[in-house]
Formats: sequence, C-alpha cells, structure tokens
Amino acid sequence: MAGTAVHHDQRHDHSDHGHAEHAHKPLTFFQRWFLSTNHKDIGTLYLIFAIIAGIIGGTLSVFMRAELQEPGIQIFHGLAQMVYGFEGDAAIDGGKHMFNVFTTAHALIMIFFMVMPALIGGFANWMVPIMIGAPDMAFPRMNNISFWLIVPAFLLVLLSMFVEGPAGAYGAGGGWTIYPPFSTSGMPGPAMDLAILGLHIAGASSILGAINFITTILNMRAPGMTLHKMPLFAWSVLITAFLLLLSLPVLAGAITMLLTDRNFGTTFFSPEGGGDPILFQHLFWFFGHPEVYILILPGFGIVSHIISTFSRKPIFGYLGMAYAMVAIGAVGFIVWAHHMYTVGMSLQTQRYFVFATMVIAVPTGVKIFSWIATMWGGSIRFSTPMVWAIGFIFLFTVGGVTGVQLANAGLDRALHDTYYVVAHFHYVLSLGAVFAIFAAWYYWFPKMTGYMYSEFLGKLHFWVMFVGVNLIFFPQHFLGLAGMPRRYIDYPDAFAGWNMVSSYGSYIAAVGVLIFLYCVAEAFAKKRVAGDNPWGEGANTLEWQLSSPPPFHQWEQLPRIK
Amino acid sequence: MKNKAYAVLAALACLLFASSAFADKPVDWQTNFQPAATGIMEEITWFEHYTLWFIIPITLFVLLLLVVVVVKFRESANPVPSRTSHNTLIEVVWTVGPVIVLLFLAVPSFQLLTAQLTPPENPDLTVKATGNQWYWSYEYEVGENPLSFDSLLLKDEDRAGLGKEDKGQYPRLLAVDNEVVVPVGKTVRLLVTAADVIHAFAMPAFGVKIDAVPGRLNETWFKADREGLYYGQCSELCGKDHAYMPIAVRVVAQDKYDAWLAAAATNIGEANKALMASVDGAAKAVDVAENAAQ
Repeated sequence: MAGTAVHHDQRHDHSDHGHAEHAHKPLTFFQRWFLSTNHKDIGTLYLIFAIIAGIIGGTLSVFMRAELQEPGIQIFHGLAQMVYGFEGDAAIDGGKHMFNVFTTAHALIMIFFMVMPALIGGFANWMVPIMIGAPDMAFPRMNNISFWLIVPAFLLVLLSMFVEGPAGAYGAGGGWTIYPPFSTSGMPGPAMDLAILGLHIAGASSILGAINFITTILNMRAPGMTLHKMPLFAWSVLITAFLLLLSLPVLAGAITMLLTDRNFGTTFFSPEGGGDPILFQHLFWFFGHPEVYILILPGFGIVSHIISTFSRKPIFGYLGMAYAMVAIGAVGFIVWAHHMYTVGMSLQTQRYFVFATMVIAVPTGVKIFSWIATMWGGSIRFSTPMVWAIGFIFLFTVGGVTGVQLANAGLDRALHDTYYVVAHFHYVLSLGAVFAIFAAWYYWFPKMTGYMYSEFLGKLHFWVMFVGVNLIFFPQHFLGLAGMPRRYIDYPDAFAGWNMVSSYGSYIAAVGVLIFLYCVAEAFAKKRVAGDNPWGEGANTLEWQLSSPPPFHQWEQLPRIK
Repeated sequence: MKNKAYAVLAALACLLFASSAFADKPVDWQTNFQPAATGIMEEITWFEHYTLWFIIPITLFVLLLLVVVVVKFRESANPVPSRTSHNTLIEVVWTVGPVIVLLFLAVPSFQLLTAQLTPPENPDLTVKATGNQWYWSYEYEVGENPLSFDSLLLKDEDRAGLGKEDKGQYPRLLAVDNEVVVPVGKTVRLLVTAADVIHAFAMPAFGVKIDAVPGRLNETWFKADREGLYYGQCSELCGKDHAYMPIAVRVVAQDKYDAWLAAAATNIGEANKALMASVDGAAKAVDVAENAAQ
C-alpha cells in the first residue's frame, strides 16, 4: 500500500484554506462556490447536494411506508388532494398514480442524486486526488460543469412530479426502469419527457465526471505511485469510472429512442410499427446492471480503508482486492438479462445468464473474506466509522446471499417482481452503499472540516439506523416469499402483519437520519479540533499527512512514494 | 434431481421451514412460499429450501468470524497488531470454496430451469391470457366457438350478486368476478400477451410468472395437482390500478370443467354460479359427512 513515506511534509504550509495561494486575491463567495475549480470545494458541494437529495428521497419512502402500514389507501388520496387539488373519487385515482410516482422518484433520486453524488462526486472528488498525490483533478473546470449539470437534472426530475403524466394524473410513474409502452403510450403527458431529460443531463454529468477521474488517476499519480501501490479507494473509483463511461451512453441511447418514440413518431419499442418493448429492457439493463456496481464499488474501496485503519493492519490480499473489483466490474457487463428472466427468453439464454451471474459471487466472496482477514490479528478500535464498516460487511453479506438465490432463473420465477427482490437490493444498497457512505462520512469528516463529531451521536446514529433498516427490509423477504408483488399501493389483508413491522422500521430509520443531521450540526457548533490524523498509525494514506482541513491546494511539491 | 442426498436435505429443510397453514392464498404472518399446487412449484419450493442450506450457514459463518475478530482482536485484547497481509493458501481456499458451493447450487438449479421451460408435449387445453389496463381477458381455444371472457377485480357491491360474500374464500384484492377454470391433473398451455402496456401473469401456487408484452405471445404451462381456488396478482408495473387486477384460477374435476365449459358458451355468469354451487355443494357434503362420522 501507498503513502507510508512522503518526503515533503507541507501540512502547515497553508492554514488559511479559504484563500487561494500565490498572493491571489481572496475569492468572493460566488467565485468560490459557483465558479469553483477546486476538487475539494466541488466535492463539498456534491456532499451537500447528496444530503439534500437524500432527505427528499428518504421522505418519499417514509410516505410510501406510511401508506403501506395498513391495507387500504390511507394517505395518498389526501396527498393527491393537497398537492394536485383532486376532489372526491378523482383523489383516489390521483393518489394511486401518485404512489407510483413516489416509487419512481424515490429510486431515481436515491440512485442518481444521492448515492452517486455522495460517493463519486463527493468523497471521490475530495479524496482521490489527495490520495494519489495530485494537486487537483485533471480537468478542474469540467469538474465544475459535472456538478452544475446534476443540479438542473435533479430539478427536472422534481419538476416532473408536478406536471401531467398519464391523462388526468401528475408525474412519471413507470418505475425507475421506465419500461415502454407504459413510459411511451401509457404516459402521454410531459412528465415523462422531463424525467428523461433529467436522466440525460445526470448521465452527461456522470460521463464527464468519469472522464475526469480516469484521466486523473491514470496520468496524475505522484512519482513512485504505481497502479499496484494505489490506494483501494482510488482503484474502486477508477473501475467505477470505466463502468460509467461504458454503460451510460447505452442508457442515453435507449432513453433518446424513448423520447423519439414519444414525440417524433418512431417505433423502436412499439410493436405497432415493428418495434419491440423488450429491446428497451435489454438496453436499459445493459446500463442498469453495471449501474448497481457503480453504486457499490466506491463503497468497497471506502470500507477497505476503514477496516485497515482501525485494525492497524495493512489490507489483506491487496492485489486480490483490487482485481476482485476489476472482475466484478467486467462480469457486471455480461449478466444484464438476469433482471428479465420472466420476459420469455429461451432456455439456453436463461442458462447462460444464470451461470454468468453466479460467477460474480466468487470475487464478492473474496472481498468479504479479505476484509475479515484484514481484521484478523489486528488491534481493532471501534470508532464510529469502523462500526459502520463492520455493519456494512454483515448486511452486504445478507444481501449478497439472497442475490445468489435470485441468480437462479428457476427460483427467480417465483420471486421476480416481489418484495423479495426489494429486500435483496435494499440490503446491498440501502444497507450496503448507504452504510458505506455513512462510514466514509464519519471517517473523513474530521479531515474535511477539521472538526471532530460526537462519538456518542455517531454510534447512536449507527444503532438506530441498524435496527431501523433491518426492521424495514428483513420482513420484506417474508412478504416476497408469500407472493406480495412490488410497486403496490394496496395489498391483500394477509400481508398486513409484516408490512406493519416494515413501516415501523422506516420510522425508526427516519429518526436515525435526524440524529445524523443533529450530529453534523453539533460538530460544527462545538468545533472540537480534530487534528491532522485523529485515527493514528493505521491511517496511512496520503490524506492523513495533510492538515485538517487540507490546504486549498495540496501537493504543490509532489509527494514521493517509495 | 431426486437423488438421495438432495432428498434428505430437502426433507430436513421441509421439517425446519414447514408452514403449518395450508391454503391457496397468502395467510397472516406468512414467512414462506404458498403451498405448491403443481410439480414445478414443488421443485421451486424444494430448491429454495435447498439454497437456504447454503446461504444461512454462510451468513452465520461470516457473522461468527466477525464476532471472533471483534472479541479476540479488539484493541484491549490484542494491543499489538500483526503485519500479515498475504497467505496464498487461504486466498486460494476462499476462491475455490465458493466455486464448489456454486456448483452444488448450479446442478439442481439448471435441472429446475430445464423442467420449467420444457413443457409436456400435446397440452390438454390452451388458454390465452391478455393483460389490459387493468383487468385480464381469457380465451379458451375449444371447438369452433372459442370461449372468451374478461376477469375483473371483484367489487364489494357485486359480492352478493355473485354469491361471493365469504371474504375467506374470496379475499379483498384477490377475488375476481370470473375465474379461469381448468381441469385438475391436466397440462394447460398458457399463452400470454398484453393489449396496451406490459403486465405479468403470476400464479404463486403454480410456480408460474410470465410477462404479458404487447406484440409478443409468451408461452408457459402448468399442471395443477389438486382442486381449489388459486390467486395471483399482476407482477409488472402497469399504471395506477396495477394492484387491482388479480388473477384467479379455479381447478376442478374434469366432469365439472366439462359442464362449466358447455354452460359458459352461452352464459359465463350462470356457468360460474353453477360451478360454484357444485364445488361448494361438494365441499359442504364432505363437511356434513365428516360431522356425521364424528
């Protein structure tokens, strides 16, 4: 691993991080935050953006859980009345569609505007240049464009919730998978067009970001830092960037065809004109499956650093860890149709996708075991980030093994589009990627701000969240086995029990988010000085050799890695 | 796939996870599949339990390892960390180990998949299901005049008129006005398509789920082993009433099916009532006989 020997210690060079160096005039607020070319400032913007989007996306999910707490329609007709002004029976119909709009928006927001901005735009932007010993990203202005594209993209998706979707109802309610013909002839109003344009812009933002990361990591590593000495977080971001670069153009093509089908009379996905709705599903999942690895891979990198830091041990099997991620990324491109086992594919095709999907379990297992082996023999301190990382390992394992079940087309026949799938992907994303985000937050918060958060509040946040999310998602396995389909506003009365438990879990998790926000506010209010390296000798990547917060520009003299 | 080792595992799994209630619809606090009504669903249930014999121990093993490191290698118990970062043997073991586990999963998995997608030749009956926003239409390919009818969610105000007041047998959101009727023990070929957007035909007790895609005709099959009334729900997001287009299949003896089919040609409503009377009548007769025996 890298970073153990830096010849030029410049931690005290620039304590006044609010100013540019070289006797430049101090930046105005507008110049610093709106015209920024500084990877740390842009990373901060991304993190603030992700927190705001996460609160909105999380609120949508609490509304859905509140609705599903009991059979029947409890709140969405009232919401539809309040937001859209429906009256009487129209409010019931409006509410039913509104529920679908909420599921759609929850997914799009959490994926494109919370997890991706937090992990890639936020933490990767902040830490990758520092970790590889680079002064900034390769294309600082493009970095700024990436951020300022994601904001209008988010606004477009939000706006889509308030304009007409299907005749007489508001918002795009086709799920994040936006399958045609429901997303074409099924929703003639402009809501779907706005959502598609939002995805286009978010995609452009991510592609620019990916180009930036690939260029930075391949060209701007400090002298002596070979790829095989590069920290695992930089590895994970490099692989993620390649996945983005290769998969997002496919999504862009697919949703452009959707747009022309909707507005310009083409029939790519419409059987009336010789098209095929299934073509869209293949294109979508060719993007969609790499996308779920885009969401989790940076988390893998982060967890590796935290486990190593708090065990005071180097990563076990560093090369195996790096190439396991390469393997996961590569195989991730050839398994997409396992999301489509029920569309009517041939036996041979399904056999292939079962086989290819199962292969992914092997590198994933390597990672889980290597994390445990890193801890084995270590001298472990259970600081807040470490607690989150250990929680991640266990919950990701639970989500991983149900993924192995779902890989089997024969079994997936019974579980496809049920709550079992919902439970599975929330275990790997909501309890996997999100736990990694919180782990990263507590790990790097002292470095980014210079302040120490309250250890008590951080751990309280963890335990409330841990109990909450498990209560939400574990019972959903039972609902899925019993046959409850996804994306239902109302369900047969037999499903009431576990739905109630699940809803209570979501209220607990919501309290967890409030604790998180309070914890952040408390840290800024109390201003406990964190010091350059609060984590001790285990934290040996380059960011811990800088001051906390780091100088406005770092590595003006490049560090040398032995 | 019925080899002995698997059978023993399956039997153990069934003992562990057997659900006490026996019904053709979901029950309160259910934690497992609905009871199988076809051979394919039995195989799916068996395979699900079989996978649990791998994934639960693996999860517990990971948990155990985490507990061990947390207890044994916490700072106070182990103040000086080791510097070990490589061990080729163990890295090979945890790469090859999962491969072997996957092979154990793959063999029965492929057998199950092949069984599902290899329908018996010469089906006894072909039924076509068409998904619409938001109801199902069914067509029976029989004789010169194919039978066709729509099947909509049972409305509360129609319960009395259709004789479906019993919410145990005709649950909210699952019951429909006109059920699909098929003979027991016969291979039914199911052709599935959609008229507007994508829907999915799902029948949990049969192990059947297949998308209804406009412009495509998907084929699947089932052979129900026991009589009864079975429920499923649309399983692909199709709009505001996605949750309100259930699927109901009534499996009856061949003679009752024949009588229903003949009557349905002229009046589907009356045919359904007559069938319900004969099925419920038979059930009541059994109850009476059981009471008399006691």
